[in-house]
Amino acid sequence: MTDTGIGARVLRKEDRRFLTGGGRYVDDINRPNQTHAVLVRSPHAHATINGINAKAAESAPGVIAVFAGADTAADGLGGLPCGWLINSKDGSPMAEPAHPVLAQGKVRHVGDPVAVVIAETRGQARDAAELVEVDYTELPSVVDTATAANPDQPQVHDEAANNTCYDWEFGDKAGADAGLANAHHVTKLDLVNQRLVPNAIEPRAAIGDYDSGEDRYTLYTTTQNPHVIRLLMCTAVLNLPETKVRVVAPDVGGGFGSKIYHYAEEALVTWASRKVGRPVKWTADRTEAFLSDAQGRDHVTHVELGLDKDGKFTALKISTVANLGAYLSTFGSAIPTYFYAPILAGVYTTPAIYCEVLGVFTHSVAVDAYRGAGRPEACYLLERVVDAAARETGLDPAEIRRRNFIPESAQPYQTPIALVYDGGNYQKNMEDCLAAADAAGFEARKAESAARGMLRGFGLCCYIEFCGAAPSAVAGALGARAGLYEAATVRVNPSGSISVMTGTHGHGQSHETTFAQLVSEQLGVDIGAVEIVHGDTDKIAFGMGTYGSRSLPVGGTAIVKSLDKVIDKGKKIAGHILEASADDIEFKDGQFAVSGTDKALAFGEVAGAAYVPHNYPLEELEPGLEETTYFDPPNFTFPAGCYICEVEIDKDTGVTRIDRFTAVDDFGVLVNPNIVEGQVHGGLVQGIGQALYEGCQYDAESGQLITGSYMDYCMPKASDVPSFAISTNETKSPTNPLGVRGCGEAGAIGAPPAVINAVVDALKDHGVTHIDMPATPEKVWRAIHGGATAMAAE
Amino acid sequence: MTMNVSMTVNGKAVAAEVEPRTLLVQYLREHLGLTGTHVGCDTSQCGACVVHVDGASVKACTMLAAQAEGATVVTIEGLANGDALHPMQEAFRDNHGLQCGFCTPGMVMSAVDIATRHPNPSEQTVREQLEGNICRCTGYHNIVKAVQAGAKAMGG
Amino acid sequence: MYNFNYHRATSRDDAKAKQGGAEDGSYLAGGMTLLPTMKQRLASPSDLIDLAGVSDLAGVRRDGDAVVVGAMTTHAAVAASADVAQAIPALADLANHIGDPQVRNRGTIGGSIANADPAADYPAAIVGLGATVLTDSREIAGDDFFTGMFETALNDGELVTEVSFPVPEAACYMKFPNPASRYAIVGVMVARTADGVRVAVTGAGPSVFRSAEMEQALSGNFSPDALDGISVPAGDLNADIHAGSDYRAHLVGVMAKRAVAGCG
Repeated sequence: MTDTGIGARVLRKEDRRFLTGGGRYVDDINRPNQTHAVLVRSPHAHATINGINAKAAESAPGVIAVFAGADTAADGLGGLPCGWLINSKDGSPMAEPAHPVLAQGKVRHVGDPVAVVIAETRGQARDAAELVEVDYTELPSVVDTATAANPDQPQVHDEAANNTCYDWEFGDKAGADAGLANAHHVTKLDLVNQRLVPNAIEPRAAIGDYDSGEDRYTLYTTTQNPHVIRLLMCTAVLNLPETKVRVVAPDVGGGFGSKIYHYAEEALVTWASRKVGRPVKWTADRTEAFLSDAQGRDHVTHVELGLDKDGKFTALKISTVANLGAYLSTFGSAIPTYFYAPILAGVYTTPAIYCEVLGVFTHSVAVDAYRGAGRPEACYLLERVVDAAARETGLDPAEIRRRNFIPESAQPYQTPIALVYDGGNYQKNMEDCLAAADAAGFEARKAESAARGMLRGFGLCCYIEFCGAAPSAVAGALGARAGLYEAATVRVNPSGSISVMTGTHGHGQSHETTFAQLVSEQLGVDIGAVEIVHGDTDKIAFGMGTYGSRSLPVGGTAIVKSLDKVIDKGKKIAGHILEASADDIEFKDGQFAVSGTDKALAFGEVAGAAYVPHNYPLEELEPGLEETTYFDPPNFTFPAGCYICEVEIDKDTGVTRIDRFTAVDDFGVLVNPNIVEGQVHGGLVQGIGQALYEGCQYDAESGQLITGSYMDYCMPKASDVPSFAISTNETKSPTNPLGVRGCGEAGAIGAPPAVINAVVDALKDHGVTHIDMPATPEKVWRAIHGGATAMAAE
Repeated sequence: MTMNVSMTVNGKAVAAEVEPRTLLVQYLREHLGLTGTHVGCDTSQCGACVVHVDGASVKACTMLAAQAEGATVVTIEGLANGDALHPMQEAFRDNHGLQCGFCTPGMVMSAVDIATRHPNPSEQTVREQLEGNICRCTGYHNIVKAVQAGAKAMGG
Repeated sequence: MYNFNYHRATSRDDAKAKQGGAEDGSYLAGGMTLLPTMKQRLASPSDLIDLAGVSDLAGVRRDGDAVVVGAMTTHAAVAASADVAQAIPALADLANHIGDPQVRNRGTIGGSIANADPAADYPAAIVGLGATVLTDSREIAGDDFFTGMFETALNDGELVTEVSFPVPEAACYMKFPNPASRYAIVGVMVARTADGVRVAVTGAGPSVFRSAEMEQALSGNFSPDALDGISVPAGDLNADIHAGSDYRAHLVGVMAKRAVAGCG
């Protein structure tokens, strides 16, 4: 067998090109005779457009065309669609205002696109964009999440009274109320899950290229899911059949959710390439990314947790206001609802849970999935309120969790809020993590810190999340307007090399290696013989893309099932050649052999024979060796684990330094541990970024984005974070034949509460019971010097 | 309104007529087709554009092509020796020090510079010296390991 | 970036002449602030006069009781200078913590002080060490050089040529960096010199300033404890999303004490 199968720490196939400058990202692509687009964006958070005068811009050097909302409307372009319908408590559908690709009479956030200038060079387009005169009447704006639905606030859309998109609920209200009423103790907490900017380091880019000879468009774009973009753009915006559009996502420089969605620029460059008769390229600069990439989180939440006298949870009740931004992004409506509330049981046996979410529009950039997407928000509030409950009841944070864990014996576990967990020993994850983190030695380390005048804190988080979106029947019942299966084709070429066409898309997740390992494992070939093809709607049957840690559990399973079919077909071919029944052929160690004999054919021989059917019984056996599978998972997968963070705080400055960070994750089977560890490291730092550094801020009066560059939006740097001590437990998921669970988001989900619990622990002697993220030096300093009340007032 | 610039890039003498406002990174990407050098921000912080100019690491997004007149420039494309990767490139591969690959060219160019100045750098030195490079994927853990390993392999 | 005319000066006089002949000419030193500002279209000089070719503007030399740093000397060169390390290690340390390695390889002392960013590090050295700024036409005392936010005593077209730092008995710079940009939220240079103690604060206010109260207290008792109870008035300080003025005022005290301790 090969040593490149499942579980092997093989080095990545994709690295060589990235390390030598050979990566091919959208901005690296230049089409013959290409033009450049620059968008004119609103400088105001809310304004009426009285008129647009593009005359000066049109006559500026190099300018080819200027298009505004009237032009897209005249051509009948539709709006950007939302993929998930949410119904309110009263059964009414969510407010779903139009989301035009160029503003129609009104702008609703700073950065809202108003016009597009197309010129010979990017510099000329940018020069001319400044000459487009837009006559605005500024209107008052609202950006604050908590108060956006107040009746006296400026209205974002006429169709959404009180800026309310939906008023949604989930779970058992009566049960939760009763559980709280009968509780021995109720812990209450108000917390903010601040808005984040995903900040993939590659800015978004798109090239539209219309071929008049073929009457066909090609869109090169920085997306995580090219087929979804083709579907949404063709059906909702441009009114084109899929046959007329090819969408290519080449190398993509990180996404973290922000490159899932269909964006206006994609449709604009595609449409404009036909209008001007030349390819049109647009590349965002970072400032533009801050003003136009969908952002994440932005919840304001009140939570109540009931406990009995033994510290067992009796009920959990949550009320959240979720900021959706000015428009509904592709999955914007679903993230704070169905990707949030169903996981609120966490790893505990809480019998009654209720969650209500008010989704509000504000004059800000749209909010959608960002690494973890709903689950970090759920995990944060749950693990914070559990820690607060421990402190209030005098229990150790680990002990209160022990008293409430779902026991392994109860798996598969039906939570009171819809989901059925797929196995795992949650307490073992915590006990292992406590041991690895040397919890026993904490007090000594704390004393040592104190001797240096420093505060030390210990923070724990036991997370669970759900990956592998999605069982389509479940998603559909909850309002999804599409299925969430995945497609894969395995094509065995005549010489025995193997092409795998997957509908998922790698943009850092190492699919070219991981998926090749699946093939290596099953067919007994080296990964060097395997080519993973993704990111091109012309090459791949279909696909729903990469997000929500779905690629391996769903996309990988589709590959494995296609491999099963390839082997079955191979048995028929081998049986024919070896003059045996296909039922008597077994495939083992890369050979098709007749059971009980020494008659065998190597895999490569069968591959060759598949394409040379000189004496095939064609009625029974077709030539070729290629199989396709559409896999729709029966359930989600549920990675879980425990993170422990230990911080040291300089009380004179308020600076928090993470001294140790320990992780134990259960991701089921690991295909490539190197790659899994890399995913964990990256997720942890994004989670630490949320906990300590990052926060997107708008000016409350003007609606201007204050954190609009890396000068003000604090991205974690190497010196801000520690190295990590991570390990895994393995509980095979029964949801898929690989037994995998997904690992992309865990770190970003579990790290924030672990860090904040540690910070609060460090500050507990100063009367601090909670601190909102990011726990910046200034906030920590104020908490130390003003106590908890000063924090609340801030 | 153009001007002539000439310099040596990855060992080759090159020259072009450019607008004075042409940044070195634009010149590399758009005129020379060396698209390995990336642009990730507007404020010279992300470091995706780091190249070596006369032996020093610089951000090619914050330097005019005109300022590199007569200089010797090395980009990520000029690091490997034919098919043989540079030891720092090897170290990034061996340690899984890259994921999406976008920050990687700048990261590797900075790393080579760090190794030159600090032949056997500690973890803390590496973290401090990577101040000018942002990675959103790896959490830096494996990058730090890679830089240390690469520095060692470079003879430190 | 808007278009502009680019000139490469060959000498100080050539630079002056080219700047004088331009409609709105700006000197280009390392460009670490000017170029990002121009990229964001917040500055639009008609002409850039690149000083990189003026060979006698760069370099560090010891001149009696002073260390003289040429205007075009990069931060990296200052940090690596044996003369600086031997005479004023605090200055080497300050230079070594400006921005990041790539910024330090391009950014220059002349460019930094002429720009006079209120959050830049070098102003704390110019004022805190009692330096003298030399220009093509005169000498300007460090105390008089910075006149406000992004404002200096330089006349239009006046070219900074050197900065002369008198060697202190002891000095230390402590910086509390902005977590995002790594500029100074507060930076304090404390120096014990033959002429007395100097305490200069950058980052906290609209421009670098000295704390007479701290200097006085330290003159009597050069120890961190001497600063107990002394604060700078928060009302005069900057406030932004990273730090309120009261927090900045507090940090000035903390950084000053640490700088005193760091003087050894």
